[in-house]
Order: sequence, then structure tokens, then C-alpha cells
Amino acid sequence: MITARTLTKAYGEFIAVDGIDFSVAPGESFGVLGPNGAGKSTTMRMIGATLLRTSGELSILGKDPSIDGPAIRAHLGVVPQQDNNDTELTVAENLYIYGKYFGLPRSYLTPKIDELLAFAQLEDKRDAKVDSLSGGMKRRLTIARGLVNDPSIVMLDEPTTGLDPQARHILWDRLFRLKEDGATLVITTHYMDEAEQLCDRLVVMDRGRIVAEGSPASLIRQYASREVVEVRFGSGRNGEIAASISDIGDRMEVLPDRILVYADQGEATLQAIVARGLMPLTSLVRRCSLEDVFLRLTGRTLEDA
Amino acid sequence: MITQVVVTSAAVAIAERRGSYPGAGIYSGRPHAVMQRAFTALRTSNLLAFLTGFVEPVLFLLSFGFGIGGLVGGVDAQGSQITYAAFIAPALLASSAMNGAIFDSTYNVYFKMHFSRIYQGMLATSLGSLDVALGEIGWAVLRGGIYACGFMSVTAVFGLIPSWWALLTIPAALLIAFAFSAIGMAVTSYMTSFQQLNWLNFWLLPMFLFSGTFYPISTYPTWLQVIVEVTPLAQAIAMVRGLWFGHFDVGLAGSVLYFAALAVIGAAFTTKRLTALFLR
Repeated sequence: MITARTLTKAYGEFIAVDGIDFSVAPGESFGVLGPNGAGKSTTMRMIGATLLRTSGELSILGKDPSIDGPAIRAHLGVVPQQDNNDTELTVAENLYIYGKYFGLPRSYLTPKIDELLAFAQLEDKRDAKVDSLSGGMKRRLTIARGLVNDPSIVMLDEPTTGLDPQARHILWDRLFRLKEDGATLVITTHYMDEAEQLCDRLVVMDRGRIVAEGSPASLIRQYASREVVEVRFGSGRNGEIAASISDIGDRMEVLPDRILVYADQGEATLQAIVARGLMPLTSLVRRCSLEDVFLRLTGRTLEDA
Repeated sequence: MITQVVVTSAAVAIAERRGSYPGAGIYSGRPHAVMQRAFTALRTSNLLAFLTGFVEPVLFLLSFGFGIGGLVGGVDAQGSQITYAAFIAPALLASSAMNGAIFDSTYNVYFKMHFSRIYQGMLATSLGSLDVALGEIGWAVLRGGIYACGFMSVTAVFGLIPSWWALLTIPAALLIAFAFSAIGMAVTSYMTSFQQLNWLNFWLLPMFLFSGTFYPISTYPTWLQVIVEVTPLAQAIAMVRGLWFGHFDVGLAGSVLYFAALAVIGAAFTTKRLTALFLR
């Protein structure tokens, strides 16, 4: 559905996207993971045919977005990073007018709007103004709006950023249904748990480049161990203690506030550390996540990246 | 449940029907969808702002036309003696066409461009930038036309309309609204802050006061007349006043061309800027 080869976007001297290659198959849920400024949104806008590439090749459903912009956009459902619902319209009017932008007739839109309001759980809010909605509701409206044209590809740019945990889970449930119905999804996120929940396959981007690609599980297998032990000894002592336990586990990352020790057996590793007479202030054994993959690949956590 | 039609949905079929037309990258033949959005927003949110557009020229007509007109007496315009109210009525029509168009195409457009992100939303669909430009300008024209008709009815009630020729000022007002809206939107698209928008007022108020609304331009010395006559509002007032009293001359044709040129230039630059801002 989407093929990119050495896709590049430069703004003057600054290279936002630096020669990336990827492809997305029909029905696939494809994730683009990375910190702020990694080039995710720029990549999304190029796929969305609202940003011209500087060089490289990009084909969406066999078309070139620099030539067939409107025809490609007719295939897409775009959910931008920031909601841009029309605040001068009601919820139902937002969906209707957005359908009109695609040229869709009333006979098509009337039943479609009912269907979308049900999908977004906004039936009660049909005639409410957008400003009266909660953050999660606005987000669901933006997603519903993106589906009004029966898109072949749904593009979600950080779909749950800024939402509270409950609203995120409702949204994930809706997006998972879309996926089950066979939609092709392209999702950017800087949340690892989101990528693990929603993506079949993902690329990790950092500073405009793709630094890894694979399924969430395979990336964890490849770039991290099964489990990780997080120990804290207080900010002054982490470095000194890290040196004395460097032979324990497969690999270690020393962060300003904690030490991460990667190993297949987390509990046994923690016991080995304690057996040396070291008493961590806090300790946590958990399964490795994409967060650890990102740390391994870039040497930075997502927060400070 | 949500159905996913791969490759040909209704929206795709509609977009591809136009795909081979020249200019398909910037125009999909749907400015009316943008106008429908404006109409729906008006009904839902902006009814009051719309009504004030009616009232403004009427207030000027009452206060200046009948208030000051009582002191001034008659005016000698284009060879005949007319009341002061009859003198300023066509100029107020032209000015209100300008004001309505400018307000819609500057403050409102700036807000939609940079704050409410309405145009980003529109241009993420199969609309092109020319659709958006023509839709927004078209709405300003429609609105200007409604105001012009409303104001005409008020002046008719006061007996200020000399002949049926005055009806031609309605299409003239539409042309003026189109030109000012197109230029206003083009200029706004280059602005980067609300402060810059205030510079518009710096030009608009003097233009309103000195372009011949309240007294004939012939009051000025010749060199100043020449300068004032090329400003758009003076052109608009001259055109509308000429039609109002049924005076047709070469200057009228010149004014029509003048506004047609402004309309085309404004629409072209607006399209170019929308493309540069949201599709690059």
C-alpha cells in the first residue's frame, strides 16, 4: 500500500527525514516509534500527501503524492497530532461537512454519521459543540471524522498523547476494532505500550533515520533480554556500584537515577546483586519493553531524547 | 461496523473522476463544500456577527445622512442637486461591501489558518487549495451580496433610490466584495502575527474617511485627487455611485477591469500561499 525508498525531507540545512526505506502491506498495522523531533510527523505528512518530499521515492496505492495529491488523500483517513475539529460546528455537523469536503452525497453521509457516532461513542453528543467535549471525546471525534470516507489507510499521529489513562484505553479499544476489521493503520507514537498494543510491525526512528525495524516482540528479542532489573542506589552512588556489578546479567545501562541490568532471569539477577552485600533503595523486576529497545538503540531514554 | 473498502470507496471514485483534469492537484471542483461549511458555521455559531454587518451602514446613513445632512443641505453631484443622504448612500453600500469582505478574509482567515487549523483539516481531504480559496472568497461574496440587498431595501424605504439603474449596484457590490476578499485573504496569508493585522486598520480607516464617502473627491487639489482615485475604495465608490445615478462612462468600464484584476491576482496568490503553507 505504501512504499518509500530513500525518502528524504530537508528544511534548508536541517534534515528532518534522512533517506528512510519502508513499506506497509494491506491490512497491516504499522508503527513509527521515536522521540519528539525524530521525524515521525514529517514522515506522516509526506504519506498524507500534504508535504512534498525533498528527494527519494514514495508511492501510496501506486500513486505519487507530488502528482496525485487529492486522489491519494481521498483514500486516507487522517488523524493529526493536534485535534482540528471545527469548533464552530456541532459534532454531527463536523462529520457531515468533512464528508462534503470529499464530495460525498447526503444519502451516503446520513447513515454513515450514525455509524460513526456509534463507533466513537458520541451518540449523546450529536448536537453538542466541539468545545463542550472532553479531551478523549474530541480525539474520538477526530478519529470518526477520519473514517468518513471509508479510507483504505488510516493515519494516526500520536493518537493518545495528552489523554488520561482511562481515555487512552477507550481509544485503544476503538483502534483495535478498526484493526480487526482489516483497516491498514499507520500509527506514530512515543509510547512504547501503545506500539506494543496496536502495531504488528514498527520502525524505530531517531534523528530522521530508521534505527530498527520489526515486530514489537522481535525487536525486544533482538535488542533486549527477556527481563530487566531496575535498581536505585541514590544518584551519587549509581556509577560506582555499576562498576562492581558489571559482570552480572547480559548487559547494563547506567542512567542518572537508576541502573538497568538486562538478563533472562530477573529475580535471580536481583538476588545475585543482593548477594554481594548491596542493598538497593528500590528494585523492580519487569519484562523488557520497547522502551528498553529504544534505550539500547540510541543510548537515550524516550523522555530525555 | 466500520467497513474498509480497499481501493475504491465513494470518495476515491469522486476524486478520480477529476484526476485527469488540468489543475487536478489544486482544484477538485468543490468550493461549494467550503461555502457550505461557512453557512453551517454561521447558523450554528456566528449569527450575531452576521447581523451586525447589516446594521453598520444603516447607522452611518442615519447619523451622517440625516443628522449631518440636515446641516449640509444639498450636494451638487454630477451636475444635479441631490440630498446629502442620497449622496452618501451608494458610497456606504460600496464601503460596507469592502468592510464585510475584509473582515471575513483577514481576521477570520488568520484565525482559521493559525489557530483553529481549519485549513489543515480541509487540505487533508481531497480538496485542493484553489477549492479552499474560492470557497472562502465565494462565501464573502455571498455575504456581501446579502448585505448589499439589505442596505438597498433600507435606502428604498427612505426614498433614496433615483432609478432602476441602481439595481446594478448589487452586482457591482459582489465584484467589490470578491476583489477585496481575494486581496485580503492573499495579504493575510503572508502575515505571521495578529499585530500585523492591525496594520490593516491603519489603511482601512483613512481609506473609508477620505475616499469620497462623505464629500466629493473634487474638494482635493488635483495632485491629491489623482492619488486618491487609484485607491480601491475610491474606485469602488465611484463605480457604485455612477451606477446608482445611472451615469455610464469609460471610467466605469475601467473600474470593472480594476476589480476583476484585483480578484484574479488575489485568488491566485491565496491559492499559491495555501499550497505553500499546507501542502509543501
